[in-house]
Amino acid sequence: MTLPTQSEDIRSDLRAARLAEFKSFARRFMRNPLGIVGLVIVIALLVCAAAAPLLATHDPYLPILSDRLSAPSAEYWFGADELGRDIYSRIIYGSRLTLLIVGLVIVTSAPVGLVIGAVAGNYGGWIDRIFMRITDVFLAIPKLLLALAFVAALGPGIVNAALAITLTAWPPYARLARAEALVVRNSDYVNAIRLAGASQFRIVVFHIMPMCMSSVIVRMTFDMAGIILTAAGLGFIGLGAQPPLPEWGAMISTGRKFIFDQWWVATVPGIAIFVVSLGFNLLGDAMRDLLDPHLRQRN
Amino acid sequence: MSIGKFLTRPVPPALRFVFGIGSWLLTVAITLVGLAALTFLIGRVVPIDPVLRIVGEKAPQSVYDRVFLELGLNKPLYQQFWEYLAALLRGDFGTSFSTTRPVLTDLLDFFPATLELSSLGLVLGIVFGVPMGVASAYWHEKWPDHLIRVIGLIGYSVPIFWLGLVGLFVFYFKLGWVSGPGQVDVFFQGVVPHVTGSILIDSSLAGEWEIFWNAVSHMTLPALLLGYYSLAYISRMTRSVMLDQLSREYVLTARLKGASELQVVVGHALRNAAIPLVTVVALSYGGLLEGSVLIETIFSWPGIGNYIYSSLFAADMNAVLGGTLLVGCAFVFLNMLSDVLYRTLDPRSR
Repeated sequence: MTLPTQSEDIRSDLRAARLAEFKSFARRFMRNPLGIVGLVIVIALLVCAAAAPLLATHDPYLPILSDRLSAPSAEYWFGADELGRDIYSRIIYGSRLTLLIVGLVIVTSAPVGLVIGAVAGNYGGWIDRIFMRITDVFLAIPKLLLALAFVAALGPGIVNAALAITLTAWPPYARLARAEALVVRNSDYVNAIRLAGASQFRIVVFHIMPMCMSSVIVRMTFDMAGIILTAAGLGFIGLGAQPPLPEWGAMISTGRKFIFDQWWVATVPGIAIFVVSLGFNLLGDAMRDLLDPHLRQRN
Repeated sequence: MSIGKFLTRPVPPALRFVFGIGSWLLTVAITLVGLAALTFLIGRVVPIDPVLRIVGEKAPQSVYDRVFLELGLNKPLYQQFWEYLAALLRGDFGTSFSTTRPVLTDLLDFFPATLELSSLGLVLGIVFGVPMGVASAYWHEKWPDHLIRVIGLIGYSVPIFWLGLVGLFVFYFKLGWVSGPGQVDVFFQGVVPHVTGSILIDSSLAGEWEIFWNAVSHMTLPALLLGYYSLAYISRMTRSVMLDQLSREYVLTARLKGASELQVVVGHALRNAAIPLVTVVALSYGGLLEGSVLIETIFSWPGIGNYIYSSLFAADMNAVLGGTLLVGCAFVFLNMLSDVLYRTLDPRSR
């Protein structure tokens, strides 16, 4: 054992401080029952997606025509669809598609928005004006319609649907990042690195973008509910995941034909969409209460 | 930023007002051009080969070349865009492949029905949403607040097209309280002369009250759903604006002077909250125009949403993009309107 050097001391202090902060965060989170409900729903979704083969009772793609449209029973918990596939198993496997779309949209739209906003805020002037005008144009257009037109042009499919939603989802991140960058741009620490000779690239990527993270995370959680609903809407119109994929919106769309006689075919996937997007909304609400600095000051 | 800084003398207020309007109009114009650019790009650039989309894979080379030239694809992109923009300004949105009519004619035929449905939805959203938001703020963190917030959260989370299906199943099929999909019953269709395009106004103009009530019963469910959709947003925003207002000192002053609670909340706080709420209402109207796309397909409502939906399946891009452009313009217009209203209502922004 050697004596701890000063820098190690600082490091362990930092680690302790971070742990304490996390603990206080967790404690405040636990005080919000609705937030916990949201967290449980989101975790349940993750579990469903990860353990789909274990949770499913049937093959989600295997049609058993003799059982088509059978009512919910011990064999088919949520009934069977128009090809005799188990709706419960399809819902379970559908959680993977939901997560896939949400994941694709988030990992593309947040960084794109972040970069555009941070660059605009950091450079200012003409770059800022042009970038923000483009952002405003995207914000001024109805999201679902833009996504719809885009997928209609590209052709239906799950990746194209995700791309289309990305196209409509990045502007709020750009706004957020720009606002944050404008505040940070002239702060002492950024000036200090600038004087030390850091490149603009380095300043934007390593020193401005990290400052935007907490507001971006809150925004992301909220966005996920909206992304799920838009993706389901695209699936319902027939532009999202294509058959036989068990995407929830597309499942409602096929169940629509049987709504009056076999109501469960369309109803159950809708409940799944509702529960999951409610979960993300509740979680987002709780996260905003905890992370939003403006709200924290007021309390 | 403004032109005023190039002048050496202080700018007179009237002139500054003109500059303000000018730069604001410029912003709106840029947004509209941007909107057109976006639909242009989606229509001409995104499909790998727009000619193939029209002539099909098996067309001979001569046909391909002719269509290529007819579409003007040999010209540079900016020139194509310029021509597209000029055509739009002339009101030429292209021809719909499925109806073989100009897209603009189609859109103007279908738009009133959408406007009618979403306006009703908006009225319902305001009538229920604002009082709910006020109640939520007044009983902050008490049970009415929790209840109203949950109602709003459900509205935010539920897929509206699914709610429409379930609503049809319950209230039309099971209970028989409302009429099913469509604008009026089949034997009433086309009876009333098309004047404004709004079935309620047209049927009352013609004095056909039977058709009027039939239309009301068809409209109730989709309008209520759209109302719920906007209620979620309106009540949430009303709540946060009212919370802010109720914590101000003038509220305390009014109470100390012995004003009744109703007068404090409605006469003082809500009056001040009304200005930001105008913006909220304008924005939610835009959201409703969009939400009606999905609702219209469920309820076979003969509006823009249904038009876009059926054009999608005919691979009719002119119609889809025309519809997108129209609703986008309506969006921009609503934003503009809320801006103007805000400026005229709020004395501080003058």
